[in-house]
Amino acid sequence: MNQPKIDLSPKVSDEIRKTTCYMCACRCGINVHMKEGKVAYIEGNRDHPVNKGVLCAKGSAGIMQVNAPSRLQAPMKRVGPRGSGEFETISWDEALQLATDWLEPIRNENPEKLAFFTGRDQSQSFTSFWAQNFGTPNYAAHGGFCSVNMAAAGIYTMGGAFWEFGQPDWDYTKLFMLFGVAEDHDSNPIKMGIGKIKARGARVIGVNPIRTGYNAVADDWVGITPGTDGLFILAMVHCLMKAGKIDLNYLAQYTNAPVLVNSDEKSPEFGLLMRDEDGKELVIDRVTGKLTPFDKPGVKPDLSATHRIAGVTHRPVFHMMAERYLEDEYAPEAVADRCGIPAKRIRAIAAELARVAFEESFELDQEWTDFRGEHHKTMTGRPVSFHAMRGISAHANGFQTCRALHVLQILLGTVEVPGGFRFKPPYPKPATAHPKPHVGVTPGKPLDGPHLGFVHGPDDLALKADGTAARIDKAFTWENPMSSHGLMHMVISNAHAGDPYKIDTLFMYMANMSWNSSMNTRGVIEMLTDKNEETGEYVIPHIIYSDAYSSEMVAYADLIFPDATYLERHDCISLLDRPICEADAAADAIRWPVIEPDRDVRGFQSVLCELGAKLNLPAFVNEDGSQKYADYGDYIVNHIRKPGIGPLAGFRGKDGDQVGRGDANPDQLDKYIENGGFFVEHIEKGANYYKPWNKAYQDWAVGMGLYDTPQPYLFNLYVEPMRKFQLAAEGHGDRQPPDHLRERIKEKMDPLPIWYSNEEENKGDEYPITALTQRPMAMYHSWGSQNAWLRQLHGHNPLYIPTKLMQIHGLKDEDWVTVTSPHGAITVPILEMAALNENTIWTWNAIGKRKGAWALEEDAPEVTKGFLLNHLIHELLPPKGDGLRWANSDPITGQAAWFDLKVKIEKADPPAESQPVLPAIKSPVPKAPKDLAWKVGK
Amino acid sequence: MTTLPQLTQKKLGLVIDLDTCVGCHACVISCKGWNTENYGAPLSDQNAYGADNSGTFLNRVHSFEVQPTGDDAAAQLIHFPKSCLHCEDAPCVTVCPTGASYKREEDGIVLVNEQDCIGCGLCAWACPYGARELDAAEGVMKKCTLCVDRIYNENLEEVDRVPTCVRTCPSGARHFGDLGDENSDVSKLVAERGGMDLMPEQGTKPVNKYLPPRPKDALPEFDILAPFLEPVAQEAKGFLGWLDKTLEKL
Amino acid sequence: MHPAPSVIVFTTFSGLGFGLMFWLGIDPTPPTGWVAFVFWLIAYVMGVGGLLASTFHLGRPERAIKAFSQWRSSWLSREGIAAVATLVVMALYGLGLVFFGSAWQPLGWLGAIGALATVFTTSMIYAQMKTIPRWNTKLTPAMFLSLSLAGGALLKGNVTMAVVLLAIAGVIQVVTWVQGDQAFANSGTTMATATGLGDIGKVRAFEPPHTGTNYLMREFIHVIGRKHSQKLRIISVLLAVVIPVILLLLPIGHWIALVAVISHIAGVLASRWLFFAEAEHVVGLYYGKR
Repeated sequence: MNQPKIDLSPKVSDEIRKTTCYMCACRCGINVHMKEGKVAYIEGNRDHPVNKGVLCAKGSAGIMQVNAPSRLQAPMKRVGPRGSGEFETISWDEALQLATDWLEPIRNENPEKLAFFTGRDQSQSFTSFWAQNFGTPNYAAHGGFCSVNMAAAGIYTMGGAFWEFGQPDWDYTKLFMLFGVAEDHDSNPIKMGIGKIKARGARVIGVNPIRTGYNAVADDWVGITPGTDGLFILAMVHCLMKAGKIDLNYLAQYTNAPVLVNSDEKSPEFGLLMRDEDGKELVIDRVTGKLTPFDKPGVKPDLSATHRIAGVTHRPVFHMMAERYLEDEYAPEAVADRCGIPAKRIRAIAAELARVAFEESFELDQEWTDFRGEHHKTMTGRPVSFHAMRGISAHANGFQTCRALHVLQILLGTVEVPGGFRFKPPYPKPATAHPKPHVGVTPGKPLDGPHLGFVHGPDDLALKADGTAARIDKAFTWENPMSSHGLMHMVISNAHAGDPYKIDTLFMYMANMSWNSSMNTRGVIEMLTDKNEETGEYVIPHIIYSDAYSSEMVAYADLIFPDATYLERHDCISLLDRPICEADAAADAIRWPVIEPDRDVRGFQSVLCELGAKLNLPAFVNEDGSQKYADYGDYIVNHIRKPGIGPLAGFRGKDGDQVGRGDANPDQLDKYIENGGFFVEHIEKGANYYKPWNKAYQDWAVGMGLYDTPQPYLFNLYVEPMRKFQLAAEGHGDRQPPDHLRERIKEKMDPLPIWYSNEEENKGDEYPITALTQRPMAMYHSWGSQNAWLRQLHGHNPLYIPTKLMQIHGLKDEDWVTVTSPHGAITVPILEMAALNENTIWTWNAIGKRKGAWALEEDAPEVTKGFLLNHLIHELLPPKGDGLRWANSDPITGQAAWFDLKVKIEKADPPAESQPVLPAIKSPVPKAPKDLAWKVGK
Repeated sequence: MTTLPQLTQKKLGLVIDLDTCVGCHACVISCKGWNTENYGAPLSDQNAYGADNSGTFLNRVHSFEVQPTGDDAAAQLIHFPKSCLHCEDAPCVTVCPTGASYKREEDGIVLVNEQDCIGCGLCAWACPYGARELDAAEGVMKKCTLCVDRIYNENLEEVDRVPTCVRTCPSGARHFGDLGDENSDVSKLVAERGGMDLMPEQGTKPVNKYLPPRPKDALPEFDILAPFLEPVAQEAKGFLGWLDKTLEKL
Repeated sequence: MHPAPSVIVFTTFSGLGFGLMFWLGIDPTPPTGWVAFVFWLIAYVMGVGGLLASTFHLGRPERAIKAFSQWRSSWLSREGIAAVATLVVMALYGLGLVFFGSAWQPLGWLGAIGALATVFTTSMIYAQMKTIPRWNTKLTPAMFLSLSLAGGALLKGNVTMAVVLLAIAGVIQVVTWVQGDQAFANSGTTMATATGLGDIGKVRAFEPPHTGTNYLMREFIHVIGRKHSQKLRIISVLLAVVIPVILLLLPIGHWIALVAVISHIAGVLASRWLFFAEAEHVVGLYYGKR
């Protein structure tokens, strides 16, 4: 035998450059292997806190993103009509001058005429800072149609949320229950965690109408009827409370369950919490029997005792909960049909939650001291954890559903305890420690504070003196009072309608609004291209857009700033924004140019530094008026947000040895690069659980600069600010809602979780099927289709139809159906799926592409067979005959309710292409090569 | 070389856990990346940005739905990664007319010597698993090398000397080791979890094993769990009475 | 399997060519001179042409020479060696007949054995494939050999032999089809064994690994309608066997013989198209298709 001799130790690369991935929102650490100055191979960074070496398909395919033919080449000015895709290339000087010419007069006359919205932006603390300096109140990122229900419900309830802001305690949890978890946020950590706990034999229960991904590996799958998760959760709350399987000690110590509530219906303070002069919530101390502030050392709050003063009875929150949730309307038998889950199964799951939480509880041998000064010898573990995402949040009842889930977690005592759900710094952070929204506009001056925040009553709403909305998206108004992330999905329609007012320039970044990032795609296209009949001008006069790639939105802009790809730029994943912390550590990271762009493009944030200086924005110029930050890298190092606090927490101070707080360090980026592109500061043992109430953690967080003083607080089973809006709707107070909204506010702003159906508003009787979308794990938004490797995995998106509907409609695989909603119709190819709720259809999100976009050929399957459900969804609900058009969104937060979509289906003759077909746009980038064999090394 | 070695010193292979594979395709693309840049010709793509796009991949993730018998049992979805199984009795090797296909004596890895491959495709015909793909640009047969240029590579840290698909797998569903050594971690895993062969009737004796999914939807019936939900009282009032009593004990 | 024209042409014509050589080799009173030249020309055009056609499906035809090395294990390698050896031996034999008018008979016999061996090794390339149950049977070499011998006899003009052998080949062909229709089911390979998931319940292919196509699907998955294939089978037997036999039973003439040969070739081509198109590779199970 003479086997060929092969080289078993070939050189892997010339050099490894460690940076942060941007193929989705997960932000893993990557090792970029370089050969001859080119990217040869990308793998996960083993030292990185997020991914610990693993990397998903998107991450590994980064090499095909950086060479994608869809990359924009140079700044461009529109020359044809909007939507044609006809542009001419211009210089950066010309581009920046044009933008300055549009923006400078706006800023000096009325800054609100600029609407600046960023999409999948990972630099929101920077872009918002820019917008604040410009002075416009109209800034937000895309959270309003993505995550706000989850974020707001989490922060108002417990000072932190799911998504990537917290995580199950993978080391100790024994039962992990997930609701509608998307696979594009924190996705590698969740996959790693599921692998880890399954290897240990822990149980995973997946609640999702669709059994793919995490739900496919779940030990138990609950194929729930979409939109009924809240009802299912409250039924489990009912069972657990009825059986007394709740953590009374936890509830008494760490939540507002024992806090007293004014229970006099006639009182103008009916439903408000009892507080002392300092505003501290009051409880009855079980030891003294007296009214006592919740945080007094030694207090043992009583969950049961009531208090009567001046003829007004005050009852603890827990009484109100018992009264509500022990009612038979929440019994499993009463909800089973609506949820599509047998009552026995609901009881079995509740019983399993109870069994694991209380029979398998354990003590960690770890001392700690709580905020009341009480010393604990151990930490009690309750090994039940939950996670949830868009599946429960993108409904019009999403806020209350997310609240219900948090209440369930808290009743079981499984938040911030060993085995339960844990926050990642900068969370926990109560809603009261966040800013409130600011809309104080002064021409030529910055805004009076941060745009977004948390309202605590009608006084905090963003209303002008005449009661109209101060923001173009109508965030923080009576229509959606707690819209903490803004409402990006309403910007274009409001700006087009001139309601609440007209704007001059729409400035967007990484937001594909004329395609997959809008509800009502075609309507948005019409709004973007609509002209004023008298003047012949566009209704939205100027549109500036920045993107790295030839997305569908490019054609609708007048001026294009071509962005750099993620390997060609600086970025910071900051503690001021959405960092990469773990439950046991604070962590942040950077991106840096591991390769130089081969095109005339610039990182968008660097462009903002220059544009900010040209516009003379105070934070972007030196005293002599010169440009303050040469580029984004310069800003990352030298920007000081508060004394000692900058975008990056690591290697601060002159010598780079300070953590959290410290002066700017000119060598900070080099230190980060040396350290693998990230920085981690671990939380000491004993400080890493019970964080909201743990003295050691609170002190650590102050040291890190997460807060300026310790912020211990109670979890809000009862959210008092919601009650304040109800009180206003009942006629109390000066700021009053418009009459048509009173009833809705009274009903929906319930301070204890409720559930309501959205079927009727969406004409569920006529359109009985729910249509959903999911993200494939291998694609992020619309980006994957420009990637030669990833688009082979998902080149088109069939509509998946459950077996029962296949039979009813006489369908077989690869047939076509017409799907009709109250708003529109599409005709698309189908595939049967058995592991699917029997009344739900779904497809992969954002695979369908428009002809001419993304440098794809015009007969690419993304174009001919791919499709969007967005054509079926409208930002408004169908008319219900009251003369008003109601938003298709959550009435509390304004979150776009795109998972409430109701449709009907009908077999169709196969058309040549998926319908509707929009005309091709002219590609602004050179034609793509036909074949690829991408080998960098020799 | 086309004849198979009588015995290989090791049986290196993969153990794939169908219980935890979430179907994310991480292994697919990581493999594509490493093997485009490394061993032999790059894995090419045709019509990369157009219609009928296709390319060479050494590892692909299928998915299957399984409908358990039994009333009302929910269908299950199983993600199923598949690459070369490095069979002991590899039919792809013996059919090769040029000797390009061979099984390494030292570790049992089945490889293609691309300089000798004439691209006749017969080895792909002989493989029941679809583990071999003829590269359309290069005209030679490509297949999983078990990252033979990683697992012994002295330019890599010890911990990284595993196939790239194993290194990258987020859910830990892929394990690499010597299946010829019954004391290896992978052999123990196979023994413990009932690892299985694909198409055993084909007689290929695959080295790679698959761990079957654990039983699903097997939460005990409520009757067994009922004691955990025994009501403390039927009404809210009674509940508050229970609360008072319980609180006294705290 | 993908019915690639190159392999259909290859197996059809090399079978006929080597079949003819077999009859030429064992002919105790072989033709000589110009007549021999025509016979040998036909045999070589078919045999060599078929072999050349087969190289069209190679990814790297320029390296084809390497295919002679693995005779110990590879049927394809053996086929190559058998074919070349036969062609060399028969070239000498033919040389003798055409140019020297003398039959070096032992070479003829040797060549005849070689011709049979070539057809047999060709058939074994397919018959050895456990992955393709329809081919994985002794009927495959029987079918290849019988058609080759019958076609050879027809070309050689051995009328009686041709009639008998065509009839035999026809019977074997029909039996091959009938048995072949059961082969996949009888092979024991199913989606349950392919996935190992059969213990849980009924397995169904859901999403393919990639939405687009790939080499495996192009090469191994070819779906033809049952009605379509039944029609083709009838046409194939009519053309390859029935019509030539009827024509041979008519008073023989050159033109009639030519029609019989053309009919036979067309029939064998159809049979070979079916041979590939109807063959189902077990890998199709992973794609839910066969």
